[in-house]
Amino acid sequence: MPGATFRIWRGDAAGGAFADYSTEVTEGMVVLDAVLRIQAAQAGDLAVRWNCKAGRCGSCSAEVNGRPRLMCMTRLSELPLEQPVTVEPMRAFPRIKDLACDVGWNYEVKKRIRPFKPRPPDAPDGTWRMAQADVERVQEFRKCIECFLCQDVCHVLREHAKHQEFIGPRYFVQVAALEMHPLDAEDRLAELGQTQGIGFCNITKCCTRVCPENITITDNAIIPLKERWIDRHYDPIRRFLGWLRLKGGAGSGP
Amino acid sequence: MAEVQTHEHDVLIIGAGGAGLRAAIAASAAKVSVGLVCKSLLGKAHTVMAEGGIAAALANVDERDSWGVHFADTMRGGQYLNDWRMAEFHAKEAPACVRELEAWGALFDRTQDGRILQRNFGGHRYPRLAHVGDRTGLEMIRTLQDYGIHQGIDVHMERTVIALFTDADRIAGALAYDRERGFFHLFRAKAVVLATGGIGRAYRITSNSWEYTGDGLALAYEAGAELMDMEFVQFHPTGMVWPPSVQGILVTEGVRGEGGVLLNKNGRRFMFDDIPENYRAQTADNEEEGWRYTQGDRNARRPPDLLTRDHVARCIVREIKEGRGSPHGGVYLDIAWIRKRIPDAEERIKKKLPSMYHQFKQLADIDITREPMEVGPTTHYMMGGIRVDPETQMSTVPGLFAAGECAAGLHGANRLGGNSLSDLLVFGKRAGDFAARFARERTLGPLAADRIDAGVRRALEPFQPAAPEAEGPYAVQEELQAMMQDLVGIVRHEEEMRRAQEAIGKLKERAARVRVAGNRHFNPGWHTALDLPSLLTVSEAITRSALERQESRGAHFREDHPSKDPEAGRFNLIVRQDGAGSMRVERRPIPEMRPDLKKIVEENG
Ligand SMILES: Cc1cc2nc3c(=O)[nH]c(=O)nc-3n(C[C@H](O)[C@H](O)[C@H](O)COP(=O)(O)OP(=O)(O)OC[C@H]3O[C@@H](n4cnc5c(N)ncnc54)[C@H](O)[C@@H]3O)c2cc1C
Ligand code: SF4
Ligand code: SF4
Ligand code: FES
Repeated sequence: MPGATFRIWRGDAAGGAFADYSTEVTEGMVVLDAVLRIQAAQAGDLAVRWNCKAGRCGSCSAEVNGRPRLMCMTRLSELPLEQPVTVEPMRAFPRIKDLACDVGWNYEVKKRIRPFKPRPPDAPDGTWRMAQADVERVQEFRKCIECFLCQDVCHVLREHAKHQEFIGPRYFVQVAALEMHPLDAEDRLAELGQTQGIGFCNITKCCTRVCPENITITDNAIIPLKERWIDRHYDPIRRFLGWLRLKGGAGSGP
Repeated sequence: MAEVQTHEHDVLIIGAGGAGLRAAIAASAAKVSVGLVCKSLLGKAHTVMAEGGIAAALANVDERDSWGVHFADTMRGGQYLNDWRMAEFHAKEAPACVRELEAWGALFDRTQDGRILQRNFGGHRYPRLAHVGDRTGLEMIRTLQDYGIHQGIDVHMERTVIALFTDADRIAGALAYDRERGFFHLFRAKAVVLATGGIGRAYRITSNSWEYTGDGLALAYEAGAELMDMEFVQFHPTGMVWPPSVQGILVTEGVRGEGGVLLNKNGRRFMFDDIPENYRAQTADNEEEGWRYTQGDRNARRPPDLLTRDHVARCIVREIKEGRGSPHGGVYLDIAWIRKRIPDAEERIKKKLPSMYHQFKQLADIDITREPMEVGPTTHYMMGGIRVDPETQMSTVPGLFAAGECAAGLHGANRLGGNSLSDLLVFGKRAGDFAARFARERTLGPLAADRIDAGVRRALEPFQPAAPEAEGPYAVQEELQAMMQDLVGIVRHEEEMRRAQEAIGKLKERAARVRVAGNRHFNPGWHTALDLPSLLTVSEAITRSALERQESRGAHFREDHPSKDPEAGRFNLIVRQDGAGSMRVERRPIPEMRPDLKKIVEENG
């Protein structure tokens, strides 16, 4: 059976190094299979997170040959196996051990985003009416599996470590989902520029390119948010109109 | 005393899937302090993987639907072993729970007039599943998570509970370790809710993740609670079979709901060959009618591809056994054929089943809009679990509650698709409400230091110097999984199950000698070693119960007792520990159904 070498980063917050492991390769294998095989047979204490093995939970994020990927959705057949396959933890977050890193910062950021606040129900039975088309726009954002690969690749976090001032693409997606939610009545534009740092984003689109859910993070979430924020910031007269536009006709549902 | 960090909560919830999150939200709304513990990161629990939808009789698509019909469908699906009180609460309360999710921000697919859209699913008489494409579970868990984090709940992520403590027969606390550092944590609580999900990892082929080792069931059993219906393990008919590395990953029933059909290698719709008597009246007897049903024709009956999961799984096994399977040991599931019927088939498939499209394209090089999939049964869901009071969800141990997949009762001998997500909401809420009520009336119970010490010592045993014949945890786990798959799987036989019982005994001895490399710092080898006792307890309970039920019913099929025995329909099997610490299985008569409910069942026959 053909084999391949996996160069896996082993270590913890204090430091570490790559270690080589060889394992056999069978049809259809993904990187996560190889890592788990190595764990079961050669390195019982190799730390790695995974749950679904089907690209749905966003647990198995890592950098494979230097690219942020979900290990469970990266087929070995798409990698050059003549060379060792390098697997290392996401670089934008502190290391815990081996492939597991500390993504706790993301959970803190999430808490700072103002929660959903619905408008009063449309019908006497306490329910709402929404058109499929309005819902779909937001459903794109709600596909997010919180893998944090976009956070990992964004230079504002990865190179400039602006974790205190910038919430990162994942959370712009969440803010966009809330702001464009057909029922939402909250206003989150003020903090976007002030504490959430949308101004740091210079639209490199690296986040969109790595998103395993193919969410058009920059074009559909960040740019519309930036426009609204700039409108508000520089032209208070257009502020109300812009907000309405962003809300996609909230209040005028079917 | 061993070094442990102590935390105190009025209510401790173990598990952060749909059931745990909903329970935590309910308990915190009742103004008690709530702690929530889970093995993985928040938002990654199994619930995130649910695809098809949430069953609730909203009657948005077909106004003939009502809680009564949902109740009758659930009971028929469960072959009347269900706790009918739970089935009644579930059918009545599910619609409000779904609407509540919408009020918390969930965005379900819509009907033409802007209400929540509902789809067809196996065993449900009318289109009943509220859904978001094929990622309903993600929508549900994210909605609960994003709402829950603002309710003042203390979340302890990546902590695994390994023991429960009781004081004078009521619950007093739990011992856990954290993955990152391997430190021990003691949770003192007035009430504990178990919401730990399933047991799929007891089998080799499963749609479940590493977390589903039946911890909650084993913890409750060890604490003296009763388990019930442990013989009923659901094998979902359609898991991926090829390539080998994805074997077991789920292919949602939604594929069949949208018009997908099962075919054997001769291209025959073999599901028409065997339609059970009790479903004949409501099942289509020709392909044309079945197609019309999936396209929303209200006068058409559902195609046999959408019969209950136990039956479909067995038909697939039959086709494979008799040599009519696909090249990799499955059968075909074809949705691409709908191209012949509708012009925009490709778009429609991608829109309704985006994750499936993605999953097959990326993992199997198959374009499901053009080619059939290969599928076969996969271990999916545990109908059995902790026996609870139908109203309060309290187990037989005072103060210990259970909800979601780890609890038993609602589904009887077989669960209908979509009835789990609704179960999580309805009974997660009830468990949280009643746990809070229980906690408000008590003080914290004392905890004996020696029991905590003993728990810690036991957990550290795998680090002891290697004993003779010591081995690693992965080998023992793999052997158990292969053994359960072969000997206590879809088709069961007394002789094989006796062998399984023996094998479990030997595996227990081996598990006690397991040793691991490395230290306590994020060490999956150690974690796997600590999961083994739960897996073994659950496997033993399944095997013993399956031996005791000498008939075939729902998900439990005995080759040596292939028919249903009306007598056996009058009892549930209870598993509990006897005074000497051995496992006991006993029959518990099912109480007579209330006359008004009986009438509903008859009217919906
Ligand atoms: C692929 C797939 C698709 C499905 N699709 C559907 C569907 O469409 N409709 C439907 O109704 N049902 C579906 N189901 C079933 C349904 O998703 C599950 O039954 C349900 O999500 C279980 O939820 P739960 O809250 O009980 O537990 P889970 O979501 O499984 O969560 C269990 C929690 O308990 C924690 N835990 C476990 N053990 C411990 C421990 N020892 N210490 C601390 N924490 C612990 C885990 O970390 C986790 O947080 C599907 C299942 C699968 C696998
Ligand atoms: S587009 Fe903006 S958010 Fe995305 S990676 Fe570039 S700078 Fe970061
Ligand atoms: S937006 Fe995409 S890349 Fe970012 S966390 Fe969500 S799924 Fe991952
Ligand atoms: S394991 Fe869930 S996304 Fe990879």
